[in-house]
Amino acid sequence: MKQKTSSKGRDLLRLFASFFKIGLFTFGGGYAMLPMLERELVEDRKWVTNEDILDYFAVGQCTPGVIAVNTATLVGYKRAKVLGAVIATLGVICPSVIIITVIAAVLSNFADIPAVQHAFAGIRVAVCALITAAVIKLIKSNVKSVVQILLAVAAFAVVAVLGASPVWVVVGASVAGLLLGKFGKKPKDEEAEK
Amino acid sequence: MTLLLLCWNFFKTGLFAVGGGLATLPFLTEMATNHPEWFTKAQLADMIAVAESTPGPIGVNMATYAGYFTAGVPGAILATCSLVLPSLIIVTIIARMLDRYMNNKYVKWVFGGLRPAVTGLIAAAGWSVFKLSLLNPDGFSWAHFWQAFNLPAIGLFAVVLFLTQFKKTKKLHPILFIAVCAAIGVVFKM
Repeated sequence: MKQKTSSKGRDLLRLFASFFKIGLFTFGGGYAMLPMLERELVEDRKWVTNEDILDYFAVGQCTPGVIAVNTATLVGYKRAKVLGAVIATLGVICPSVIIITVIAAVLSNFADIPAVQHAFAGIRVAVCALITAAVIKLIKSNVKSVVQILLAVAAFAVVAVLGASPVWVVVGASVAGLLLGKFGKKPKDEEAEK
Repeated sequence: MTLLLLCWNFFKTGLFAVGGGLATLPFLTEMATNHPEWFTKAQLADMIAVAESTPGPIGVNMATYAGYFTAGVPGAILATCSLVLPSLIIVTIIARMLDRYMNNKYVKWVFGGLRPAVTGLIAAAGWSVFKLSLLNPDGFSWAHFWQAFNLPAIGLFAVVLFLTQFKKTKKLHPILFIAVCAAIGVVFKM
């Protein structure tokens, strides 16, 4: 019994540590956390799959609140129910609270420091390349059929070209998914049956 | 009393800001208008700059910063917790339903449509960072079209992208790439 509690405690601690790390190294928020999530949760810990993360992003996009926090809540719940959800959420916001409080207290002109600006110019390039790498991986595993390619291109165009809210993409793609399931040829189901 | 009001305002923001990150901005603008004694619109502009140049979700960073300005460290902690509380509750309920209905035919269909679309959304988010860091859209002219490209940044981008695809360097941690690029940025004054 005692051993069981301590292993559960260790699991929660690991959950907190993982999300603390993700919060600390997510620059730009939201989808920019994808490379970190992939490495920490999919490859290292093997807690979730790439497909799970896409599902969580979709849910996070159309529920209120910050996407990164919503994703943490969902992964935490999957690991250890309500307590896990709370722990993972606290983990992901902790680094921000600490860093921002220190900056607000000590460095009122933080964003104007030349070294900070140069560092962030470099970090943005890294984030850009890492997101590109993550997207390449996602396309390989989730965008194969013609319909899937059309959906992905349409989603990109609606947000990047038309500047519409991603919430509409989520709503539209859900409806498209339902219609395809009802009337389409369902290549996905065949795949699942194999 | 101020703290309670602060919590209430950030709770509302967390409850109604759908879409993450900068979706909190209109709510913060309203707060600056209604409670200029908390923070002003000029401070809000600074907040955005700081939130974007520190790690962590932007919405959370903004809440911490605004909370600190309003009521010090307790304000920072309370504002952040109030911001995430509504989504923590709602998303936990959704997680519970997902657990139960993930094998439902209709739920599967919906996610079948969502996965490729979300891949497109992530690509769009990447594109906006790409424009910001690798291109110079200001003062574009066809005669000097090469000036629209930030060549050193594009070079660095190509190197990092190559390393993430190359078998031997694929397993390098994203943190390493971020740290090295930050150092390169400082050394070469990017």
